[in-house]
Amino acid sequence: MKEFKGRVIFGGAFKGEAAVSHQGFNTLASFEKSALSSTCKDIIISDQNNPDLYGVHVTGKALCLPMTIGSTTGGMVIQTVASRGLAPAAWLFASDIDSLAASGIILSRVWNKVPLIAIDRLGVDFLVEVKTGDRIEIREDGTVLVG
Amino acid sequence: MYEPKMTLTDEEKGTLAGQEGETKAKMMECLVRYGDLFGAKRLLPVTHKQGHFVTSFGINMLKPVFPLMDDLIAAGLKCPEGFTVDPRPLDYANVKAGPLEKFVFDHFIYGQQAHYEEQLTKIGLSGKDAFTCTCYLREVGNTPKEGDILSWAESSAVVYANSVLGARCNRNSGILEMFGTILGKAPEFGFLTDEGRKAAWRILVKTTKRPEAQILGSAIGMKVLAEVPYVEGLDRYLKPLPDEDTIGYLKDFGAATASNGAVGLYHIAGLTPEAKRLGEALLVPEARTYLIDDAELERVYASYPLMWKHPHAKAHKCFIGCPHLTLKQLNDWTDKMTAGLRESGKKKLAVYSVFTAAPAVAEEFKKTPKYQEFLATGAHLSSICPLMYTNNPIAGKKPIMTTSNKLRTYSMSRYYKDDAALAILVGKERN
Repeated sequence: MKEFKGRVIFGGAFKGEAAVSHQGFNTLASFEKSALSSTCKDIIISDQNNPDLYGVHVTGKALCLPMTIGSTTGGMVIQTVASRGLAPAAWLFASDIDSLAASGIILSRVWNKVPLIAIDRLGVDFLVEVKTGDRIEIREDGTVLVG
Repeated sequence: MYEPKMTLTDEEKGTLAGQEGETKAKMMECLVRYGDLFGAKRLLPVTHKQGHFVTSFGINMLKPVFPLMDDLIAAGLKCPEGFTVDPRPLDYANVKAGPLEKFVFDHFIYGQQAHYEEQLTKIGLSGKDAFTCTCYLREVGNTPKEGDILSWAESSAVVYANSVLGARCNRNSGILEMFGTILGKAPEFGFLTDEGRKAAWRILVKTTKRPEAQILGSAIGMKVLAEVPYVEGLDRYLKPLPDEDTIGYLKDFGAATASNGAVGLYHIAGLTPEAKRLGEALLVPEARTYLIDDAELERVYASYPLMWKHPHAKAHKCFIGCPHLTLKQLNDWTDKMTAGLRESGKKKLAVYSVFTAAPAVAEEFKKTPKYQEFLATGAHLSSICPLMYTNNPIAGKKPIMTTSNKLRTYSMSRYYKDDAALAILVGKERN
């Protein structure tokens, strides 16, 4: 089991599965197809430009990523899927969190009382080590255990 | 109550503490938390007070947005100098839709459109024609000046305002940009600081001809993600600003950097305001280098996946103008289509083609004789958002052509270079 330590943006305890993007995670392109469905219960990533996650289920999982990219609807899209109970439960960033992901996670917490976990600065080795499907444990202090 | 890390004025502290009501306190908390995460020391006053918002669509899935807007309206909050907003998702008059499509759009996907536009009006929408992603164009008039502090969203507008106009705006998310515009505050970090505007990448353009803006922007966006590129070698292909051709090129280039990556600011050596003023001093000492030649652009172009269900299907529609076209681009496309049809011996375009532009730009275009030539080709002019039209389950299943890399990224649309698209539209080639 490998251990990583990052900056706690919003802490929490989590045990579950990893979904890993090695490239920038395009929030709108990834979530839009599932989110457009009013009956969606589990987001399936729809970004055709992301071979790591295209077709992968991510609801309730730990999304491991370098950062989010793309449309500035990104934060609002995160807020939307979070308020519908569809978002990844934890957002684990290898580098610094970006402005759009930060906005979405803040809006979810302040406006909709949805406590998404967010930890950044886990380091580039984190994304080398973690694989989609790995078991992930997150502790309140920002420790992330992989494997 | 949230304990801010940044220094706030007494007035800002009061707002955060709820002295101006609970809704305003929550808005301030979001803005302060946002700034704190990125090490902002304070909030700056927004100096270009007209906002630009990314959310123009009353899409049913945006469930938390409509009650949030109701909260703002109930609290009597408004943008002090109004705002423009991204284009509408529908325009049946100019973009045809079948009965089933209309039913699904009106009742299921965009069922909240009328209600949402009422909400936007109540918080200060700058008129019925304020719907465009190119708010900064002369004809529209929401044009910041160099050094202005903004609270905008819409990735293509933010990157244009920062890079071409020299204004200062972070890549704010939808909703947060609205809070900043209403409160008149923006946290001081990132592109609002001199340090945050420095380039981490030196891009060397060594192509044998002017690169396609959409592919060059895509290549750079995918390489640098959110970092700032300083592009050398491109100015030899572009006339100095404010040349209309250069404006159109940089608009499309920037949109591709922002959608294929997360670029919020670029510098073009010898061309954009800060690059002209500061030159290589904008580069950080440890800046990395990315060489772009013809082969690299072809490699990037070849990497785009084709998402059509039937790769050889005849195109159902073609969208040109994401972001919305400039007046010069409308004129140029008209000339090229007219000449192309003459050469091919055809009377009308072979594909139902929609050219999109801001309402104010479209009105200017309609006043010119060129508009009649445009109509004669069979083309359609609209102010719709091609992205919102195409990235839904109904329209998304159809084979749609585009010359926009942004539209390619967010939909199943197939990207064509300008010349390739033109050849298909005028019937010289089949897609």
